[in-house]
Amino acid sequence: MEKVFERPKSLSDIPLHYCPGCTHGIIHRLVAQAIDELGIEGKTVGVAPVGCAVFAYNYFECDMIEASHGRAPAVATGVKRALPENVVFTYQGDGDLAAIGTAETVHAASRGENITVIFVNNAIYGMTGGQMAPTTLEGQVTQTSPYGRDLKTQGHPVKVCELLSNTGGAAYLERVSVDSVPNIKKAKAAIKKAFQYQIEGRGFSLVEVLSTCPTNWGLSPEEAVKWLRENMIPFYPLGVYKDKGAENND
Amino acid sequence: MTNEFVIAGFGGQGVLFMGKVLAYTGLVSDKQVSWLPSYGPEMRGGTANCHVIISDDAVASPLIINPTTLFAMNFPSLQKFENNVVSGGTIVIDSTLIDKNEITRDDVKVVAIPAAKWAEELNAVKLANMILLGAYAKESKAVDIDTLLKGLEKSMPKNKPELFELNKKAVMRGYNM
Amino acid sequence: MSEKVLMKGNEALAEAAIRSGCKMFFGYPITPQTELAAYMAKKMPKIDGVFLQAESEVAAINMVYGAASAGKRVMTSSSSPGVSLKQEGISYIAGSDLPCVIVNIVRGGPGLGGIQPAQSDYFQAVKGGGHGDYNLIVLAPSSIQEIVDIVHDAFDIADKYRMPVMIMGDGMLGQMMEPISFPDADEVKIPEKPYATNGTQLKRKKNIVNSLYIEPSELEKMVFERYERYKKVEENEVRVEEYKLDDAEYVIAAYGTIARVAKTAIEKLRADGVKVGLIRPITLWPFPKASFENVAGKVKGILTVEMSMGQMVEDVRLSVNGKCPVDFYGRTGGMIPTPDEICAALLKMKEGK
Repeated sequence: MEKVFERPKSLSDIPLHYCPGCTHGIIHRLVAQAIDELGIEGKTVGVAPVGCAVFAYNYFECDMIEASHGRAPAVATGVKRALPENVVFTYQGDGDLAAIGTAETVHAASRGENITVIFVNNAIYGMTGGQMAPTTLEGQVTQTSPYGRDLKTQGHPVKVCELLSNTGGAAYLERVSVDSVPNIKKAKAAIKKAFQYQIEGRGFSLVEVLSTCPTNWGLSPEEAVKWLRENMIPFYPLGVYKDKGAENND
Repeated sequence: MTNEFVIAGFGGQGVLFMGKVLAYTGLVSDKQVSWLPSYGPEMRGGTANCHVIISDDAVASPLIINPTTLFAMNFPSLQKFENNVVSGGTIVIDSTLIDKNEITRDDVKVVAIPAAKWAEELNAVKLANMILLGAYAKESKAVDIDTLLKGLEKSMPKNKPELFELNKKAVMRGYNM
Repeated sequence: MSEKVLMKGNEALAEAAIRSGCKMFFGYPITPQTELAAYMAKKMPKIDGVFLQAESEVAAINMVYGAASAGKRVMTSSSSPGVSLKQEGISYIAGSDLPCVIVNIVRGGPGLGGIQPAQSDYFQAVKGGGHGDYNLIVLAPSSIQEIVDIVHDAFDIADKYRMPVMIMGDGMLGQMMEPISFPDADEVKIPEKPYATNGTQLKRKKNIVNSLYIEPSELEKMVFERYERYKKVEENEVRVEEYKLDDAEYVIAAYGTIARVAKTAIEKLRADGVKVGLIRPITLWPFPKASFENVAGKVKGILTVEMSMGQMVEDVRLSVNGKCPVDFYGRTGGMIPTPDEICAALLKMKEGK
């Protein structure tokens, strides 16, 4: 019988710990597929964050390092500078990348560090139980913004792709979403392209993936996808924010 | 036998380099040496000093409390360190910048040379420090001139012989005062 | 041995590291370790090495973590406030059993403190510094030649025990010049690192560098294993200088820069007929307990001298375990005790007994 669907080789054969309906699983699969399709699993080194994806080191079937909170781009820099021929990626959430690790993110991008960052934005701290994240939307209720995020006292949500699009070293920045099959397909293409850019030595690449957190949003998985589509995408528009390859026309 | 030098002046007078030449002079004569600079904000334009020890024995503390020789390149340095010099020690001053009569000690040997003036005459205003070293070699038994020149050569980048010749000229100007 | 040259402590340390096979350096500017990073910046590109000025000390130590994970000999240097920032990373490196060398050219504290020489980071270096059960091997040279000799060993020991090694100096050691010669360059032997995350090349199972163990029993097991290794370090790696102890009635305990000043004081005291010796710990961890145990029953007292308010003195007291009086004399904030001050403190101890 013809096999039409299988687990990517770069995804370990162990159950994921993510909550039901969480889209981390989809994003893991997209990353693993990109690694498989590029045939780079033997030379890939991944860096896991602190946050919901903390156990990512168990899930990707390549060498993995667990970083401290926010420092994954610095750790990836150390690895990449040591092993320029290897492919190095980080997998980080919004608190990790856009709050505690902002400096590491901005400077890795500014240096044009030849690494790939998978940035999962679900507008909340999931692992610790649903606190306000740097990407939490205005008015969004979380454990630490119980009356809804108030821009006056709690500041504005951070738009990472827009912010990084001003850095000289960023080669490729795209925001995608996993709320629908067509968007998942686009997300897959973007993630693969980000790795491809690293292989070609173009510099820093980051794919921001809008993701759901049904548990901490207090919604069913179906409602969560709808909430993402109706609330996050208008504020975080999908699309390419920087593409040095396209600019150079090569 | 241990000689302890404190060299002090404004930043830019070549105080640290003077110390380096003295330290290398000790090194080429198989002595134990240490060179300790002041560091910090004073490096950038204020006063600078360095401590050099040349000894037959291992150098214990590189920090000098009572120097046997003080090179004072400006008046504030003389004021700051004059009273620390050991009795019977030596104070070397640039008499272009310091009036010899400002020295209050009468139990030390004084070497006063218009080094800045002579340096100007040599068309090498930055080499007053080398002139003072040459004068010191003439007046003191602690350092002989040949060893000093060897120390100077060691302190210079090998690929710049013309720089060595210029410095040597200044040392000799002080030595033949 | 190479021809003797004068070199600043910071530069000699950098050159010795390069000669020990360190090809990666990550740092962030801070006084008074500046020359070390500047030397690396100049040299590394010429030997196909990596010098990277990070955006912070926090980033720098995490780059070290990454490079050590990749299996490379790697170093970072900083001074007290910067080393405080590195503590998070150091804890992770210790918890992931990775080797690296961290240099602390200590300055006065707390807070921004000052930039003059101090020893007030002793507790931070030997009692943890970061969170969790772990130790660093802490080496405290007191001359530039000793820096040169110790750096090579630092990388070897780090690799051997898979531990971070800290070299503690201070502004005086970093800035001063002394004649040094480098050992003849024999082949640097860097051991195999089967734990390195350098890509499986599809030839082995994946490696994970990690310090997270959600199961308490598993975490405890890891820590127990680590402490078995620490025990071996304590057995094999203690270094100490014992100076004029044979006839000593009093002993000064001092390390690093201030041990040199103490030697001047000892000569002065001996000239006056007071028989004083010196115990100079070269490894601050593991601490040379045996040297102190050995003299504790024999001497009339031990004076610990530090450029701090008294930190190592606690380890001296623990080692002596009440068998003889232990006094303390210290200056802090960048002040350096003079030989005369040390003599006076010792005579006071003598007369008080």
